[in-house]
Amino acid sequence: MSNLMEIENVSKIYGPLKALSGVTLSVPQGQWLAVMGPSGSGKSTLMNIIGCLDTPSSGEVFLDGVRLSELSPGELTAIRREAVGLIFQQFHLISHLTALENVMAAQFYHSMVDEREASEALEGVGLAERAGHLPSQLSGGEQQRVCIARALINHPKLILADEPTGNLDELNEKLVMDILHKLHREGATIVVVTHAPEVAAHAGRVIVLEHGRLVSDSVGEAPSGGAGEGEGEGADDPKADFSEADGEAAVLNRPGEEGLEKNTDFSPEEIRARS
Amino acid sequence: MIRSNRAFLARMLLSSLLRRRSRLLVALLGVALGAAVLLGLVTLCYDIPRQMSREFRSYGANMVFVKKGGAGRLQAEDLRKVEAALSKDAVVGLSPFRYESVRSRMLPYTAVGAVFADAQKTSPYWRINGEYPRNDSEILIGEDVSAATGLGVGSPMPIDGRNSSAERYEREMTISGVVATGGVEDGFVFMNLSAMEDMTGETGALDLIEGSLALGGEDLAAAAADLRAALPEIDARLVARVTSPEERVLSKLAALVYLVTAVVLSLTMICVATTMMTVVIERRREIGLKKALGAGAGRVAGEFLAEGLILGVAGGLLGSLGGLIFARLVSQSVFGRPLDWEFHLVPLTILVSALVTVLASLIPVSRAAEAEPALVLRGE
Ligand SMILES: Nc1ncnc2c1ncn2[C@@H]1O[C@H](COP(=O)(O)OP(=O)(O)O)[C@@H](O)[C@H]1O
Ligand SMILES: [Mg+2]
Repeated sequence: MSNLMEIENVSKIYGPLKALSGVTLSVPQGQWLAVMGPSGSGKSTLMNIIGCLDTPSSGEVFLDGVRLSELSPGELTAIRREAVGLIFQQFHLISHLTALENVMAAQFYHSMVDEREASEALEGVGLAERAGHLPSQLSGGEQQRVCIARALINHPKLILADEPTGNLDELNEKLVMDILHKLHREGATIVVVTHAPEVAAHAGRVIVLEHGRLVSDSVGEAPSGGAGEGEGEGADDPKADFSEADGEAAVLNRPGEEGLEKNTDFSPEEIRARS
Repeated sequence: MIRSNRAFLARMLLSSLLRRRSRLLVALLGVALGAAVLLGLVTLCYDIPRQMSREFRSYGANMVFVKKGGAGRLQAEDLRKVEAALSKDAVVGLSPFRYESVRSRMLPYTAVGAVFADAQKTSPYWRINGEYPRNDSEILIGEDVSAATGLGVGSPMPIDGRNSSAERYEREMTISGVVATGGVEDGFVFMNLSAMEDMTGETGALDLIEGSLALGGEDLAAAAADLRAALPEIDARLVARVTSPEERVLSKLAALVYLVTAVVLSLTMICVATTMMTVVIERRREIGLKKALGAGAGRVAGEFLAEGLILGVAGGLLGSLGGLIFARLVSQSVFGRPLDWEFHLVPLTILVSALVTVLASLIPVSRAAEAEPALVLRGE
């Protein structure tokens, strides 16, 4: 399995504050990675750096073998455009554009608008009838699904979701997770930042950040077809997801570093306690 | 169905403007107001010289007519010829004058025969203490004459002299007024032309015709040349005394209008720049988002400038209409005459307001376009 993403000793410094310090991580193609950790631990900072929205103060990031530090702002923009689909906690939509137009905006900045394809993407997230609505006329869950449709429209290799269900009710959370599962089955690499263990439970691997450091990295079962699906396979029991590590895929980052736990027996309770 | 990127861009720009109407309205009003004042001032600047030369003509003659070569006198029919040769619209007044040497109580004076109704049109700046002569036995004396003789309004003043046939005449006149001009007139004695003709027994002769014409600069010179060509025995001369201060005032006025225009333009610019600054701050998220979706800084800036351009053109159009009406109202109320619609200034005004809007947007927009999307989209 080739690594879609390599992060080597990345730090991000804001004045006296180290938002990230010495994070090393590699993410294989097709992996579903959950990033957990308390608020302010550097999760969003890490996502922004991976998503080429921000540059690290030191360290290297490789996306698909390309060293990002060597790229100009324009080339970074191009990578972001081509390879990355972003989903935010605040469903950043352009307020004066309809749901459909918001999806088309991603096509517009990527290459060419295609209204049919955009409509289909909205249909894919269950919003076919809502295409002509403005964001203000949509519920939070619907807005987030528009964001997802937009993130997918250009078929990115890497989907970055920063607390995608943070502001959603259970039903919408399930809808969003189902979509992510579908994408994952189709081969997308997914990185999800979350506070919620039940959201992290969908991922094949969970890392935990604390004060900008990677403190835990554990690999669970490969995620199943969808949240709540596959009863009897143990997918319903979050504990089961993490009870056994897939030794082969377990990547332990910076083994000698202090504070880093070799955690191959990760439990949601523990995750909850940390966040 | 949107099929092309260009159509989508147009849709995006328009909905951005139309779906945020209140903000648009404020900015539009700012631009329109600037454009209105601009067009109004320029139109007036265009028109004021025309209006002013009409008004300024009241400050005296700007052309005089004398007999060619200085030999002999003009005749009464020459006045009619000059009047016929000039366009009626241009003539504010034509005033005939005749000069005679007279004496009063042994002292010599220059007596001027005039038609006072006409003289008031060509020389309205005469300040009269008392009245213009109302009949042929009344005279008007210059201020210097009054000072030298101690005579004033109501005083009797005998006039005597000899006519062309050397016959002596004498009249008992009464002073109806004293005139002050600050010029040679202050040393003259004025009477009705008919009184002078009666006194001297010689009718029809004139020495000078003063003309006050509502023409400026080149037009005036052209009219004089035309007259000289049409009436070879008459010499039409321009009088500098009245025209040059008028032009000085006009050029000062134009400078003032340009200054005000510059001030208004910079105010508009500041207004648009601050509005744009607010708009850009309000829409930081949108900018960050577009960049996150893969738009480069140039593209984001371009879209905002395009919005500015649309705003500038719309505001310019709106303001042009307002400006034309404003200028017309001003012209009507100040000069009492409606103004021609200067429609050809409209495209220019639109161009200028579009330019000003785009220019004013440049700094806020380029700064916004530089913003890191990560900062804008940060979760908290
Ligand atoms: N632009 C910034 N300027 C200063 N400090 C920042 C900036 N962005 C993030 N931080 C700080 O870096 C730390 C990590 O932030 P963030 O990655 O957003 O945390 P998380 O997403 O895990 O809650 C926080 O303490 C935050 O205040
Ligand atoms: Mg965050």
